[in-house]
Amino acid sequence: MQEVIKQKAIELLSSGKADRVLGWKEGEFFYDITPAVFTDVKEIEEKFVYNAFCGPNFSKYLVAESRKDGKIAVFLKPCDTYSFQQLLKEHRILRDKVYAVGIPCDGMVDIEKIRQKKIKGITGVTEAGEVLQIDTIYGKKEVAKKDVLAERCENCKSKKHVVYDELIGEEGDVLDSHRFDLVEKIEAMSEEERFAFWQNELSRCIRCNACRNVCPACTCEKCVFDNPASGIDQKAAADSFEEKMFHIIRAFHVAGRCTDCGECSRVCPQNIPLHLLNRKFIKDINEFYGEYQAGADMETRAPLTDYQTDDCEPSVILTKGDQ
Amino acid sequence: MKKISLEKLNALFAEIAETKALYLPVDTETGAQYQKWEEGKTLSSALNTVRSAKDFFFPQTESLVHFKVEGKKIEIMDVRDEGAPFVIFGVRGCDVKSFELLDRVFLQDPVDTYYQNRRNNAIIVSLACSEPEETCFCHSFGISAADPAGDVTAWIKDGEIIFRANTEKGEQLLAPLPLEEGGEAKAEEARSEIEAITKKLPLQNLPLEKFKAENLMDFFNDPKWASLSQSCLGCGTCTFVCPTCHCFDIRDFDTGHGVQRFRCWDSCMYRDFSQMAAANPRLSQLERFRQRFMHKLVYYPANHEGRFLCVGCGRCLSRCPISMDIVKVIKELGGERDAK
Repeated sequence: MQEVIKQKAIELLSSGKADRVLGWKEGEFFYDITPAVFTDVKEIEEKFVYNAFCGPNFSKYLVAESRKDGKIAVFLKPCDTYSFQQLLKEHRILRDKVYAVGIPCDGMVDIEKIRQKKIKGITGVTEAGEVLQIDTIYGKKEVAKKDVLAERCENCKSKKHVVYDELIGEEGDVLDSHRFDLVEKIEAMSEEERFAFWQNELSRCIRCNACRNVCPACTCEKCVFDNPASGIDQKAAADSFEEKMFHIIRAFHVAGRCTDCGECSRVCPQNIPLHLLNRKFIKDINEFYGEYQAGADMETRAPLTDYQTDDCEPSVILTKGDQ
Repeated sequence: MKKISLEKLNALFAEIAETKALYLPVDTETGAQYQKWEEGKTLSSALNTVRSAKDFFFPQTESLVHFKVEGKKIEIMDVRDEGAPFVIFGVRGCDVKSFELLDRVFLQDPVDTYYQNRRNNAIIVSLACSEPEETCFCHSFGISAADPAGDVTAWIKDGEIIFRANTEKGEQLLAPLPLEEGGEAKAEEARSEIEAITKKLPLQNLPLEKFKAENLMDFFNDPKWASLSQSCLGCGTCTFVCPTCHCFDIRDFDTGHGVQRFRCWDSCMYRDFSQMAAANPRLSQLERFRQRFMHKLVYYPANHEGRFLCVGCGRCLSRCPISMDIVKVIKELGGERDAK
């Protein structure tokens, strides 16, 4: 698949259909790829990759890239297309400046999960069907790909590309995922257990802002937490309450717009399962207002910014909260 | 040298903890982290902790001084804690080196007494790395994974842990402990094994020769910064997991009846870093990105006899959300430049 996509990138650039191509650039090892804008065919030939470690979602880069001169081609995995479309809907990306190519995805691997299997000194990974052959300083190792998939890919919600100019490979379907299972477990906890769960997770936060900066739903020009005039800007949490508030407020800010792309949890250096906060909101919205998937289309009004006469009453929400 | 069977390690920890607070890397579900030892906690087998050991001396946040306001009277309260001696056990060579680099900043005149207090109280037991990772490149900065510095150096080999005191503090720590004499041969064996592995590591011997003060402007004006910084998210992950990044901000927290002045980590990657009346003097992410690497590879060495502000621990390599790290910067900028 890498070759097909690479050839497409070269074709788009040399035919003049695109002036720049947003893709993945190889690193020192197989797994440390970097998002990059290619403008040179030779560089694509040498450095362009597409493999099981191409997790980064490019949609947010397009907010700035679509405002530059010329047209940019971008490769979008199925879940990335939801973020892309959500941003189009919010008028954050200039559509006519982007040439979107949908590409297939068999699920991305989480390098941390390989490391958790006590595999050290990883110098290379080869995909051989369902198995990953891993070269290390300490000899060859093997793992089943399904055992080291990123959480968001284990619970993949859709193999369908919701928007594109061109599609490589077969179109997939929206999947029945188990992505709300853990949310249900947390809902079933007692208040004290739930508080302890989040206390434990969020207490590790180092306020690096990676979750916010990578989030395709966080595109404010100036975040309220960076704005000295807001009165709540903070580089450090004054107490353990503030530590939680950053993440909870952020989850509220993106509620109804979060497509559940999972980038927040991918980038967290402290491995906090931040996506669970967003999934809770998505699950609640589904239950209160009917199934809604942010980014799935350009037309539907988002439940939280729409009024319908049959909207549920606040009492329903209060009652649910009491459970 | 002195030694003890690994089976007795927990008893040894108990012995040390009798008189001093003891911190060591402990495995958690989300990686190794330093924790205070208590019965039941065991030494992690991970190569390194997720967060670096700088936290012991340069915590993410700390109160500096409190002001209490009553009418026209302002009371100044020194909240400094003299602290008590404590032991950090199992610090890797890279992190031990980072203390020396931080000392050159915080212990220079004017001395940062908050930092100095903690530094004076600490006894550091380093641990040689038996299984370095592919992301390790301490060797490039002249650091030995096989024979790390510290008040005491330890090696684990064949079910034993061997100690060598390097300083008076270290000797005082080891003296009352129930250790056996010996272990020299095993320590030597461990050392040569680690050195052999180090030679196989892919990121050794990075092209650092040209990163010198006289090339400062060449590096500063290098057009490659544009592509290197292109996809940087502007988050603070690299700076916060880095054992040598040490920039901070000082803020006042209004308590309603006074002020709590605190210091917290800051990141040159942030756009409100060193914010002045108008803005951050580095307006673009390119400038902010460049600042971080210029500081580590050119400015700091220029001010500190050629020492780089990087210890090759590899944390930024494994934590950067977009995998853009100091190794890629060094290779890209240090590779083809004509040496002056």
